[in-house]
Amino acid sequence: MNMVVPRGEVLHREVEELIHAYVQCIDDDELEKWPDFFTEKCLYKIIPRENVEAGLPSAAVFCDSRAMLVDRIVALRNANIYPSQWLRHLVSNIRIVDIDAQAGITAQTNYAVFQTRNDGSSHVFSVGKYRDLIVRDNGGQLKFKQRVVTYDTHRIETLMVIPI
Amino acid sequence: MNIAVSELKWPEGADCTAVPYSVFTDRRVYDLEQERLYRGPTWNYLCMENEVAANGDFKSTFIGDTPVVVTRTHTGEIAAWVNRCAHRGAQVCRKLRGNSADGTHTCVYHQWSFDGKGQLLGVPFQRGLGGRGGMPRDFDKTQHNLQPVRVVNHCGVIFGTFDDDTPDIERYMGEGVNGHFKRVFNRPVEVIGHTRQYIRGNWKIYTENIKDPYHASLLHLFHMTFGLYRSSQQGGICNNGWHSVLYATAGTDSEAALTETRAAHLRTYRESGFTLQDMSLLAGRGEFADGITLVILSAFPSLVVQQIQNTLACRQVLPKAPGEFELVWTFFGYADDDEELRNIRLKQQNLIGPAGLISMEDGEAVELVQNAIIRDGAKTSVILMDGRETASGDHLVTEASIRSLWQRYREQMGM
Repeated sequence: MNMVVPRGEVLHREVEELIHAYVQCIDDDELEKWPDFFTEKCLYKIIPRENVEAGLPSAAVFCDSRAMLVDRIVALRNANIYPSQWLRHLVSNIRIVDIDAQAGITAQTNYAVFQTRNDGSSHVFSVGKYRDLIVRDNGGQLKFKQRVVTYDTHRIETLMVIPI
Repeated sequence: MNIAVSELKWPEGADCTAVPYSVFTDRRVYDLEQERLYRGPTWNYLCMENEVAANGDFKSTFIGDTPVVVTRTHTGEIAAWVNRCAHRGAQVCRKLRGNSADGTHTCVYHQWSFDGKGQLLGVPFQRGLGGRGGMPRDFDKTQHNLQPVRVVNHCGVIFGTFDDDTPDIERYMGEGVNGHFKRVFNRPVEVIGHTRQYIRGNWKIYTENIKDPYHASLLHLFHMTFGLYRSSQQGGICNNGWHSVLYATAGTDSEAALTETRAAHLRTYRESGFTLQDMSLLAGRGEFADGITLVILSAFPSLVVQQIQNTLACRQVLPKAPGEFELVWTFFGYADDDEELRNIRLKQQNLIGPAGLISMEDGEAVELVQNAIIRDGAKTSVILMDGRETASGDHLVTEASIRSLWQRYREQMGM
């Protein structure tokens, strides 16, 4: 039998795979690989919904190059002091909202992140959404050119060190 | 307030060099603080003036754990009141911020309405319906306003106080601290955003933290590695009771001080090739003639003003329980920032706030203390770095600002 998968569906699966691989990378503590999900020039921003709604630009994390993402992870491993913790991302509602031949694929996804500390308790650390601009690199791989994390949970528990 | 303060004894002869841990855990101390500090003769940060720029603008905030609303009235004045209806105690304002077109605020419970200053305007069915019900004839609306908070606008920053006797704000801060305050707020500012952080520790552990240049070079490795701050830098502290300023100038280490520090083999002095791949994070611009690159100003009890490189912020300390407080960061620039400088501020925000490469550790440090002191209220800390005095000084190897805090705290608390 000749299974023909519509082209739109192939792309949707590819985008889904990118987003799932991204959160698994973080949750499995393979953070050194995390910057590779982005293009060299990129935008990764974690901004409270409160600021977005008030029209204010400042973000808790604002990186405009893959090198800055690498620096964040080097700091996390070597410099920063924070409670031992594991994150677990659940993502859902992955939707391609726009495909532009020049700009790339715009996708939007909901997330919830649970945090577990070394006393064994887990709690909801952050909920919000990803708004992504995804492009193909020279090797044909999908990469994030922009990943804007807008978090509803604008009261951050203690601190935020591991990327969302 | 009916609390036996005598039970909350400060250790004999300890003065301000040893703080009993019970002040961080005891509910009675917490309640007494709300009364004697937050509702006492103190000025408390409420908001920036341009957060309530237009007539009718309002913002919800707190003084201590008391909910307070700041408004710009329909005649353009700034006012504040306790966010509790004069009728049956419901929260009147239910939004974080907004604008009321006619400048009034109406409680949703029974629709009592108040003007921007909190004065009672209307009571539904005051005269009853069809001759039945209604308020008594002698009901006097002027006696049922929202509880007012006295406000002052100091260089575009709005402070509030419950106490009629709180001195003038400049006298309250004192010359040295006020001088640094006016240095930062030297021209109109513009808010560029907020973050909020919830820390499971007593609010005063954080107050100690921001008055502590000793920890800054030892806990915060990011500072050290890139020379943003070192104890060997030129700088100092300026104390006025429970207010203080910690200041430093990057790139001023003397060779002798650096050699001495290296010899100490501290965790923070591993010189193991930790470099940034993208140096644009630290590409700042000198914008103060005095060259000072770090200012942490503590206007007790509720405000910390910071300048770290080109980042500017007000951090508001809001106690929620003996072992919990919220830290609300308001980031700002100047109204006359060019685009490049504004972008520098937005990028350098990576250094500060709850996800800040420099400052995230403070949240953890507070919790480390709170977790460990839980059952030993009579035991004390040791605050002896640079002696027993509380005076200002011109170096950063000191805990004198913390001693100065506790000296004034004990006085006001009667402990």
